[in-house]
Amino acid sequence: MSDAVLTDAQVADFRALAGMIIPASAQYGVPGADDPVIFADIVGSVGRDHGAVVAALARAAEVAGGAVAGLDAAGKAAVVATLQGEAGAMGVLVRLVLLCYYRDDRVMVSLGLEPRAPFPKGHVLEQGDWSLLDPVKARKPFWRAAP
Amino acid sequence: MRDKVDVVIIGSGASGAAVAWSLAETKMRVLCLEQGGWVKPTDFPSNGRDWEARQFGDFHPSPNVRGRATDYPVNDANSPIKVLNFNGVGGSTILYAAHYPRLHPSDFRVKSLDGVADDWPVDYATLEPFFAENDRMMGVSGLAGDPAYPAHQPPMPPLALGKSGTRFATALNKLGWHWWPSDTTLATTEYDGRAKCINLAHCMYGCSQGAKASTDITYWPHAIRSGVELRTNCRVSRIETGPDGMATGVVYFDAAGVEVFQPAEVVIVAANGVGTPRLLLNSASGKNPNGLANSSGQVGRNLMFHPYASIYGYVDEPLDGNKAPPLCLWSHEFYETDAARGFVRGYSYQLGRGVGSITEAITSTAAGRVPWGSGHHDAYRRLMNHRIGMAAICEDLPEEHNRVTLDPVLKDSDGIPSPKIDYTISANSDRMLDHAIGRATEILRAAGATEIGFDKPILFGGWHLLGTARMGDDPDRSVVNGWGRSHDVKNLFIVDGSIFVTSGGVNPTSTIQALALYIADQIKQRLATLFDE
Repeated sequence: MSDAVLTDAQVADFRALAGMIIPASAQYGVPGADDPVIFADIVGSVGRDHGAVVAALARAAEVAGGAVAGLDAAGKAAVVATLQGEAGAMGVLVRLVLLCYYRDDRVMVSLGLEPRAPFPKGHVLEQGDWSLLDPVKARKPFWRAAP
Repeated sequence: MRDKVDVVIIGSGASGAAVAWSLAETKMRVLCLEQGGWVKPTDFPSNGRDWEARQFGDFHPSPNVRGRATDYPVNDANSPIKVLNFNGVGGSTILYAAHYPRLHPSDFRVKSLDGVADDWPVDYATLEPFFAENDRMMGVSGLAGDPAYPAHQPPMPPLALGKSGTRFATALNKLGWHWWPSDTTLATTEYDGRAKCINLAHCMYGCSQGAKASTDITYWPHAIRSGVELRTNCRVSRIETGPDGMATGVVYFDAAGVEVFQPAEVVIVAANGVGTPRLLLNSASGKNPNGLANSSGQVGRNLMFHPYASIYGYVDEPLDGNKAPPLCLWSHEFYETDAARGFVRGYSYQLGRGVGSITEAITSTAAGRVPWGSGHHDAYRRLMNHRIGMAAICEDLPEEHNRVTLDPVLKDSDGIPSPKIDYTISANSDRMLDHAIGRATEILRAAGATEIGFDKPILFGGWHLLGTARMGDDPDRSVVNGWGRSHDVKNLFIVDGSIFVTSGGVNPTSTIQALALYIADQIKQRLATLFDE
């Protein structure tokens, strides 16, 4: 974790952007990425990506013509239309939002995923039908002999 | 200064561990210096809820991104493929996929068969006993009878097909193309103290279960019990030579940053295809101004990566996603040269099982398949766990201009000059990549996939670091002879992927280790005359 922190204005813009990238959905019963718990995870995970996040927020403010958090719905839609095509400038910020959003218990459960670490329980993988290999087994060796 | 040892090995990864274990039976005093430390199973990402996040941070395969204190920076700005590695006990086997094909017999004779590059001074038949020994030591899972290879018997059964494997198998059968369950070093049964795979699905970034064979849990426990000393957090800066031109030992920085000279009768370098030329070039002296063991001028040249393409699509049912190892099957249908394809040599496919759920969100959002805003949820839920994908591993032929040199500015934390990479993908490789993408698209369509996409090359795809201290019989065109000894320095050996003459079209770890065991065996057989002409 880096000691570098975001300013209050940067945090407000970041939270607005998170909600613009992933809004809440009543259909799926999930919060948006601006949910207090999820956003706290996002901000707490900035760490080594601080510089890239600050640069992305500056770009967002440039496109918004000021604070992103202060925009109305139409203004936010215009910012989204521009920024989501800028994977290079926004990539790290978006990645942080997605990394933290999709590890939230509520979101994982809604996706049918178990909210847990892979270890120690692991997963079950079906064996499959090995008779599929029969036609390949019937094939003559085709590796190339070398002198 | 430390007490003199008989053998000092630089690097504890795939090849260093194998050669250390093999030499232990000689009862010589064998010491291995490793710049990193031990990685505890509890440190691996799959122990935590943030397991996907950590592959972008402290477990990223690029040392430049990972930035651990034990890493050295690499200037790879002038390469479309970035250098990947891991520095610690086990080396890059800590962060490898555990895909474990052998090179084919034809790979050792490309000049004779196809008129390109050079033949190797060893062949498949010579290495075969060492492939088998290495399979037993690493613990390989697979199935005998693959018509793409000479007969061999992996000691454990293969990984399950799962939903993804079944899809691929059905598609390839429809096309009449080869497939076979991959040889892997993921234990499918309990093996030599290792637990069997429980499908943590995060193999690449270390196995908390210990089912994946990294050399810290395979060769090293045996080597240490046999008397080999493994000294960690020791970063070698140079190899010293005496007035007679023989190596006298190595200089390293210990964990406290103190410079230490370690004298040795024999020096064995096992630092990978970037670390090894870096060390030899950093060992330049008044007598060897172009670097040690470099009278041929070949040190650092002929860097081969294996250009990779990733090809993927989406099917109408959930597949294995992140509930299984990414490894599954291979296809060697297009491995050998066919002039009608417009390129020489060939490639293999590594058929996978999809990606983690968050990785899907990140890659698909970046690619524009998943939008920002209200459409995000529908788009993402349609794709999650529906991905079916594969990688094409293309043979990279040696070219002298693809090389490792020393960066004039960049240094590691001990002040040792860093490697600089200059690399371009050849026209032959480019045509091969296009062919591989085309055939992969046919496979994916036969598997019922839509929305097919690809990445060419994979940017962070420089796993295989080969060719930069090539072996050969001609001292003017190679760095080491046919059994790994430097042409110039008679008590200096190289055993890692840098001695590869050509790359083949498969993952190289199995062959790197078989070659290391072969060289160790040659050393043992020649002990009485080891330094003779």
